[in-house]
Formats: sequence, C-alpha cells, structure tokens
Amino acid sequence: MRGAIILAALALPMPAMAQDHSQHQHTPAPTPAPTPTPSEPQEPPAGSIRIRLPTRNAPPPADHSAMDHSQMDHSAMTANLPASGPPPRAFDGPAHAAAAIWGEEAMEVARARNHEIHGGGTYATLLVERAEARFHDGEEGYLWDAQGWYGDALDKLVVKTEGEGSFDGPIEEAEVQLLWGHAITPWFDLQAGLRLDVKPDVTPQLALGVQGLAPYNIHVDAAAFLSDRGDVTARIEAEHDMRLTQRLILQPRVEAEFSAQDIPELGVGAGLPHLSAGLRLRYEIAREFAPYVGVEYEAATGRTADLRRAAGEDASGIALLVGVRTFF
Amino acid sequence: MPGWARGQSLTHARRGFGEVSGERIALTIGDHHFTTGARSGHAVAVNGSVPGPLVRLREGQDVTIDVINTLAEDSSIHWHGLLLPFQYDGVPGISFPGIKPGETFRYSFPVRQNGTYWWHSHSDLQEQQGLYGPLVIDAAEPDTRYERDYVVLLSEFTPRHPHEIARMLAVGEHYFNRQMTTVGDGSMSAEERLMWGEMRMNPRDISDVTGATYTYLVNGHGPADDLSFAFTPGERVRLRVINGSAMTFFNVRIPGTSMTVIAADGQEVEPVEVDEFQIGTAETYDVIVTPQAGTHALVAEAMDRSGMGVATLTSAAGAIATPPPLREPVTLTMADMGMHGGMGAMDHSGAAMDHSGMDHAAMGHAMPTQGAAPGNASEPMDHSMRDTALLPPQVEVGPGIDMVAPMPVDRMDFPGLGLDTVSHRVLRYTDLVARDANPHRMPERQLEIHLTGNMERYMWSFDGKRFNAVTDDPIRFGFDERVRVKLVNDTMMAHPIHLHGHFFELVNGAGMMNQPRKHTLVVQPGSTATFDLTANEPGDWAFHCHLLYHMHAGMMQTVTVRPFPAAEAAA
Repeated sequence: MRGAIILAALALPMPAMAQDHSQHQHTPAPTPAPTPTPSEPQEPPAGSIRIRLPTRNAPPPADHSAMDHSQMDHSAMTANLPASGPPPRAFDGPAHAAAAIWGEEAMEVARARNHEIHGGGTYATLLVERAEARFHDGEEGYLWDAQGWYGDALDKLVVKTEGEGSFDGPIEEAEVQLLWGHAITPWFDLQAGLRLDVKPDVTPQLALGVQGLAPYNIHVDAAAFLSDRGDVTARIEAEHDMRLTQRLILQPRVEAEFSAQDIPELGVGAGLPHLSAGLRLRYEIAREFAPYVGVEYEAATGRTADLRRAAGEDASGIALLVGVRTFF
Repeated sequence: MPGWARGQSLTHARRGFGEVSGERIALTIGDHHFTTGARSGHAVAVNGSVPGPLVRLREGQDVTIDVINTLAEDSSIHWHGLLLPFQYDGVPGISFPGIKPGETFRYSFPVRQNGTYWWHSHSDLQEQQGLYGPLVIDAAEPDTRYERDYVVLLSEFTPRHPHEIARMLAVGEHYFNRQMTTVGDGSMSAEERLMWGEMRMNPRDISDVTGATYTYLVNGHGPADDLSFAFTPGERVRLRVINGSAMTFFNVRIPGTSMTVIAADGQEVEPVEVDEFQIGTAETYDVIVTPQAGTHALVAEAMDRSGMGVATLTSAAGAIATPPPLREPVTLTMADMGMHGGMGAMDHSGAAMDHSGMDHAAMGHAMPTQGAAPGNASEPMDHSMRDTALLPPQVEVGPGIDMVAPMPVDRMDFPGLGLDTVSHRVLRYTDLVARDANPHRMPERQLEIHLTGNMERYMWSFDGKRFNAVTDDPIRFGFDERVRVKLVNDTMMAHPIHLHGHFFELVNGAGMMNQPRKHTLVVQPGSTATFDLTANEPGDWAFHCHLLYHMHAGMMQTVTVRPFPAAEAAA
C-alpha cells in the first residue's frame, strides 16, 4: 500500500518530466550510438513535442531514385552494423507511456499483474507413480509411492510418500518427506527438507537430494538422509518410460539403498542393504489413469541379507505386481 | 465467480459470426456455452458468437468501438495488426489498464491501412476461450481482383479450461501429445534416437497442445459442422485466411486447386501461386482461388497432424466435400536443433552419425558428431547442445534455458515443419516480395534477441528472462530509429513472434525496398530470422510469442519507442 502511494506520487510529475530531455531519469548509461540521419528530425525541442505520424508508403527520406537498391544483398551487411544499444532518445520519459494517458494509479496495478501472469505461474499436481498389490511366495502385500508438488517452474514445495505392508498385517514401512525443491540445472532440482518415517519406528530424518531428468530420459531421484540417531543412509531410484505404442508403456525401474552403518533395529546392515529392479507395463486408458502389471526382483545384500536369513526370511525374491499409475 | 459457475443457464454461442461496421461499433463480451461435434463447454463470446463478429472497416475512416465487458473478470480487446495510438492497442498493463467487469471501454482511432487482420483478448487466457474475431479493412479504392470475398478464420475449441491446459503443460508428461516416437517406429535410426534421448528432447514435440483436446475450427465450425463456402464456377474467390488459434500452426490447402497469395499479414505482396502454405499462429494470408466447378475441401491441417479444420468450397449447393486423410506425423530433424542449417532439406536417414566420441562425463551436454552430413565429412563438428558461451552477454543463463542452438542459420526458405517434403508448391518466406515499395533506409544498428526455453519445465522467455522477471527493462527504440533485429531461436519449437503496433520488414533476400511487411514472424526451430524495423509508432507496445501458453509462460516483453509525446497525447 505504501509502495503504491509512493509510486503514484512519483508518477504525478511525470508528464512534465517527460518533456525535459535533459533529465534522463532512468538512463543506464547507454553507449551513444552514431545516429545517421533519419527521415524526421530526431530531437524535437523540449516542451513542444510533436511527432508526425508517418503515412503508409511514406516517400523515401532521400533521393535514392537514381540508385537501384532492389538487387543489393542487404542481408550480408548485418555484420557491419553496430550492436550499439538504443540511442539516448530511447531513454526519454515517461517510463511507462500508458501512465501518461490513463494515470499511474490504474496502470501500476495492471502492469504488475501483466508481468505476474506471464511467467510466474504456480501449479500443483499429485503423481501416484506406484499403487500396487504385490504377490510373492503366497504372500500378498501392497505398496504405494506418490509425490506431489506446489510451486512454479523453479521453486517447489514437494511432498513424497511411500510405504508398504501386507494385506493381513499392519503397515510395515511408511514415510513422508516434505522438501523444498529448487532448480539447479535445466533438468534437475535440488531438494532439501525433512523425512519422517512413521513405520516401523517413528524416525525423523534430514533429507538432501536431487531429482530430475537425466540424459536418455531417465527419471532420477537420489537423496541422502541423516536420522535423529545419526544414521546416514541414501537411496537412488531411476526409471525410464519406453513407449511401445502411444498408450502402452514399459517402465524399467531400479532402486538401491545404501547405509553407512548397521542399523540393527531396522534389520539393516552397512553397505547396500536393499536393491530392486522391476519392469512395469502400463496401459494409459487416459493419461491420468494407467493400470499396470509388473515383475520385480528384490534383494538384500551383505549383512542385511544375513540378518534377513537369520530371521527366517528370504534374502531375495521375485514379486508379481498389479497396480495403477495415476496423477491429478 | 464467473457466470457459468453460478448456476445460470447460459445461452449457446452461435458458431461463426455476423458483421459490424461503420463509425460506431459495440462489442459485448459475455459467458456462453459452445458445442462443436462431440465437444461442448464454456466459451467467452462476443456479441453472442464464437468467433466474435467480423469488424469491417474502410481505410481512411475513423472508428469508435465500445467494448462492454459482462464477464466477472477483467477483459480486453487487442486489434491485431492495426496501426493506432498505443493507448488503444488493448494490452492490459502496457497500453491501458484493461476493462473491469461491468465496464465499457471506448476505443477510438483513425483507420490508416487496409487488409486482413483480427482481434482478440489480451487478458489472461481468454483468447483460448473464444474471445477473438476477424477484422477486415477495405481499401479506399475498389479492388477488382476477385468477385467473392470470404473470411477463413482458423482456430480451436477445447472444453478444457485454459488454466487447466496451462497446468498440464507445466506438470509435463507430454500430456497432449499422442504422437510420440515409439520403440518400434522405424522412422529414425538408433543413433538419432540416442541423440534425442541424450538431449532429453522429444523429436515429436511439434505442438504443445493438440487434437487430443482441440477441435479445429473454420469460422467457428468444427469438421462435424459442415461449413461451406459457395461460389459460381469461373469466379475468383478471395479467401482471407486468419490464424486466430491459440497454439496451432495450420497447413492450408485446397487439393486440386492452386492458390495465389496476394497479401501477408494484411500487406500486399507480389502474387505467388502455391498449392499449400503453412500459417503460423496470428499470421494472415490472403489468397485468390478460381476453383473448378464442383466441390472442394478447404483443409486446415494442424502442423502436428493431430487433427484438421475442414470447410467445403462448392458450386453445388448442399454438397459437402470429403477431406483427405491426415498425413503422417512430423518428426524434427537435426536442422531443427540448430545443428547444421544446410541439412534442413536433406534426408537424414542416410546420414550416419558417429557418436562414439560422446563425452558423457561432461554432464551429458557435449555431443560431438563426426561427419554428420556426407558432404561435410571433412569438417568434423564439435557441437554441444547447450554451450552457453555462444550466447551474448544480455542472455541470462539458468535453468530456463535447456538448449543453445549450436549453429543457427536463417531458414526463411523453409516452408514449415512437415512441408519441406511434400511434392507440390509450398509458400516460403523467401517467396514474399512487397508489392508497394517501402521507404529505402539502411538500418542504423542491429539487435539480437534470443528465443529461449525449457521444454521440460515449460519455461519460455526472451534472452533467458521471463516477462515476470523483467519488470522495468523493456526493449528500447528511439523514435524513427531503424534497427535490424535478429531473432535467434534456441529452442526446438517454431515461435510466431509478434510486435504490436508496427510492421517490420522481413530480411528475406528481397530487395531492401521490397522486403515484405509483417506483424508476426515465425522463427523456425534452432534457426534465426531477421527483420528491419523502423520504430515510428511512439509509445509502449507488447512483443511476444503468439503461442498463447508460451506468452503465458513468460515469452513476452515490452517495447518502448521514445520520445513519447506525453503532453499532446494526454490532451
């Protein structure tokens, strides 16, 4: 509000200032260009500006009739023209011509709005990349993996959630991440924020990662995590959409987890505790709704595998998947 | 809340338009419902029709146009291609404050030209919703070149709200593209596929919004609406083709009938006979046809070939033409990446690319290609597709630029994506020669403007700066200055660049005095295009890509022409 008043006040003397060419109010020191003689007088005397509107097919400024310009190759001369920037008169006031006609008060609002709506768009979306039932050795489980964002092209508030469980038991793993994403390259965002594991234990963690599109159109999401107990882990996911037809898409997907230390309460050993590689074949009934079937190989390695085997579980296995990919 | 959400029963907008003329004209903007074929939804109509009425003026007259906004949001009308005092140009925030709900705004200006133009909203995304119409200015002297005169206004209708379209474009997923390359598609070599993949680009990114949601309209009529134009055999028919679409380039043809182009963007050109032409968004072409007795299809095929607008040109009342089928989808080439201009017309299938030297360590941006074209085997190219060192200093480098054309060349001789391989005569910019001589003046300086973008993030800009980031840094011209402006397209889409309130002259190889005058210039993907501008219309003007969602995403600037006669204009 205060800004508006100040701007409006600034605008008031503008018409008068506009006539005074000696005061170049907003001249970022242009390089004075050598100005060849144009067809009209260039600098009308201060205070009496009258610009003759040119008529259609105005006569040439000088008598070139004796010369045949029609065949000259003018495109070749571009290199010789100075890239000198606008001449001094181009910086004459008013700053905004319409303010001189309709008043700065009305124009200020419209101008701000006009800039704002051309490039500053904020949007929101939610992508459920995986919502699937998993069948492995007679066990039936489920998994979800979704992320949404709100923001513009460069800065986003990102929410991610994933988790899994078996249909006849409680949720086994569940996590939510709340991240700020900021564009650091044309294709990648840096993401930083919090991860909260809800299951198996409530574990708050710090998250720092990158997400984006790698060469060959591989979607990558890689992040490192630091838990409140000081455990350092990391996870990388990569997937690629192979379009078999316009609606049938095969998606290879790999995911790997790393741990810098043993985390016995989670059954995690230092190293590469978890690896998975899957193939999902989806059919886009609509862009927004694509059921899929798939298969996924999953393995624990190293000490994690030992821990699993000690608990009477398989260290690796193959699951069949049925799910749906959807977004809003 | 807009009227259509208030439970009111909306009237159906008429398809097509009536005509308004004279010195006093009233246009009323209102919410309506619109249906074509199987698609139906909300529309913004003017005087009850989509498109709005034909505004028919006469060169030399004065006109006063009252625009009444009955919407629940601000609106505006911009007179596309008209030379007029800038305060009546109709761009909210640049030329005037806009028209508030319930308000009437009075435009008043002398008509200083003749030809085929159009008008449309410059507020929000209303143009997509139906707020546009044709504008024809008859010459002061009678024109004896034709017996019939039709407006052919091409556009689109979508039942989706334009904000939702903008959101889907921002979210990505190539939402509207149903013609992506598939694994089994044999039209590209494995090497080419790898190269496109390496760049994270899609060679089928021809149009952002497609027939997946658009029904293409001719004078407000979809293909199912059987629009027909009558003629008597032997008659010369003038078709005033206007691309009033939001996002679509059209390939226009009447199979079996040649067309003589007599004007481009309302300005007379030396007649050129063609079989087909591509018309960029916001351009206009006037053609004269003399169809043989019978029934002909007038086809306006979307450039990406995801649909077409169709009308019938017939000498037999009631007959409806059968349009030809859609042609194969278009795939971008190396030339569209600004890789090597000379390859534009070549057959790429035979151009073996050696990517063995790819430097993947360097973030995957480097893409050396050896012996890209057979004729250039002795000149190995070393191209990066995002070598920002090639950009002039005024370009702001950041995530908003996903590509820098490594070797952009002028492609005014390119007939448009997909039309370089057809066997009949197609219009090129290099065919356009102004009929009436322009004043002879050499440019005094040159200016280079880069068209920049990020397809994945849906960011579009000039010189890397979206309009929301350039609040008070316009492109400045001195009054009556003559400047050679070179547009460099660092993206893989064709952009129709429009300057308000002026005609510039294409530097297309025609003699300096016969360079064609245009208000909108298509800059081909990965290419340059140059125009000469005499900045002789004082005031503030919009300068933008006329693809609506590109402008909406930031590809817009203000052009100022100074000094501006404040005292006189305010009086």
